[in-house]
Amino acid sequence: MNPYIVLTLVKAGLIAFVLVTVLAYLVWVERKVLAHIQLRVGPNRVGPHGLLQPLSDLIKLLFKEGVIPSHVNKPIYLAAPFLAVMLALSSIAVLPLGPQIEVFGIKTNMGLADINIGILFVLAIGSLGVYGVALAGWASNNKYALIGGLRSSAQMISYELPMAMALVAPLLLFNTLSLREIVEAQSGYYFGVIPRWAIFQMPLPQILSFILFLIASFAETNRIPFDLPEAENELVAGFHTEYSSMLFAAFFTAEYGHIVTACMVGSLVFLGGWQPLWPAEYGSIFFPTIVHWFFAGICFWHSMQPARWYDKYTMPVVGVILFLLGCVFLVPVLQPILVPLFWLLFKVGFLIFVFIWIRGTLPRFRYDQLMRFAWTFMFPVAVANLLITGLMVALTSK
Amino acid sequence: MDAILFLAFAFVAVGCAVNLVLQKHPVSSALSLIGVMGSLAVLYLLLGAEFIAAVQLIVYAGAIMVLFLFVIMLLNAGAERKVKGRSLISKLIGIPAFLAFVGVVAWLIETRYVNAGALVHFGGFTGGGPLEVGRSLFTTYLLPFEVTSVLILIAILGAIVLARKEFD
Repeated sequence: MNPYIVLTLVKAGLIAFVLVTVLAYLVWVERKVLAHIQLRVGPNRVGPHGLLQPLSDLIKLLFKEGVIPSHVNKPIYLAAPFLAVMLALSSIAVLPLGPQIEVFGIKTNMGLADINIGILFVLAIGSLGVYGVALAGWASNNKYALIGGLRSSAQMISYELPMAMALVAPLLLFNTLSLREIVEAQSGYYFGVIPRWAIFQMPLPQILSFILFLIASFAETNRIPFDLPEAENELVAGFHTEYSSMLFAAFFTAEYGHIVTACMVGSLVFLGGWQPLWPAEYGSIFFPTIVHWFFAGICFWHSMQPARWYDKYTMPVVGVILFLLGCVFLVPVLQPILVPLFWLLFKVGFLIFVFIWIRGTLPRFRYDQLMRFAWTFMFPVAVANLLITGLMVALTSK
Repeated sequence: MDAILFLAFAFVAVGCAVNLVLQKHPVSSALSLIGVMGSLAVLYLLLGAEFIAAVQLIVYAGAIMVLFLFVIMLLNAGAERKVKGRSLISKLIGIPAFLAFVGVVAWLIETRYVNAGALVHFGGFTGGGPLEVGRSLFTTYLLPFEVTSVLILIAILGAIVLARKEFD
């Protein structure tokens, strides 16, 4: 059998498995972070710190009766959640996860496909993402669901424009559409310390584009402050009002899939992907180890002064595990694979945290404010930013 | 492999197009049209025009069809009613006229393109990337490109005029 096909299948299986697990645990992370923002404890009954909560949620949703209301348009009603999940997860196929590596003498890219229009593919799949929500709202034959679906399609069309414009501006600096080349164009440092990430890159640091991109991706993923499609106080639950059991879970998965994709694209295009914040000669390759050892140290410190009687026994175990994980990053064979991956996931994790943080902080927009904000503020600013960037690139290019 | 993919997606495209006409409900028709657009994008991809394929998905399947669907959902258009009593002329010459039209188009393609040696084979065309498309848009096809933008501007102005009339 063709080794390329085998390798791709192995990678696809690995990435799909990790992605689905991460999506399930994002629910836990979100509930926990939100709880701490609001001075609550969050899920803490199932497993230590509620860590088994996603599993119990999954079991509950699997064994729930899937109620299909009698008045729905059945084929579209059933197809919509699958469409939503499929479109939310397929962008991951073109996102690179690290540089080219060599495993057992085989050179391969970290990530599935490396296509030369990677960013366009992500935008294309993202623009199709609205169908899941819109069709679900329409097929449910329920006025709340319909209004949710309509709101969502109008909102996603409106915010797609500033999002694409905000993404085009850094692309002018890099001169490529391939995500791998985009990340490689951000390697290196100014004065040996400031990374050449898009948000710092000369001739025009793309901080404004980054902020525009983040705001637009909140809207694209239907998150607070733009979660009008599922505004509970107006629309019950919006487009998924009529869905239950696994079909409902599918929409949940799709939402988190969109978040992961948006954060991945944001880190790859604006935050330098797997390029570390400071050069390797100042020890950026030891950063993952230091992070793990730091948390191991916290665990040991807590085991010295236990708040609960069993902390004396559990904390050192967690600490040792974290310490060993930190040591894994020091193994010379694994270093070129794991360290860039860690840097990328660190940035993605940070952006996901920002998503949750915003959710815990901001109230919801009104619908007319949302539309006016997109068309009279975001879009002109994005165009102006694009024009200025183009001008600067034209002036400084040789 | 290329031929198999081509045949599969060509059949999907034609099937969706036929379904588009046959479906009674506007939403089902719109969904079939999305299917046509998607399979056309795959066909472009097979021919090596990856940029056009992505644009096809973003613009047609992603933006225009969403607007179509949005309008259909907003107006809550119901199933199409069958119009009774077609005229005798349409019954008599409908199918023969359609066949004649297909024949003429096929004859034109046969004489104009097939024998002119301008066939594109799978993988034989590599000028479909964003760089090549952009370059030809701004050199060879500069005038049509700019004229099209004026045309779109006129369309936007027309839309604004129509929308303002509603408000007055």
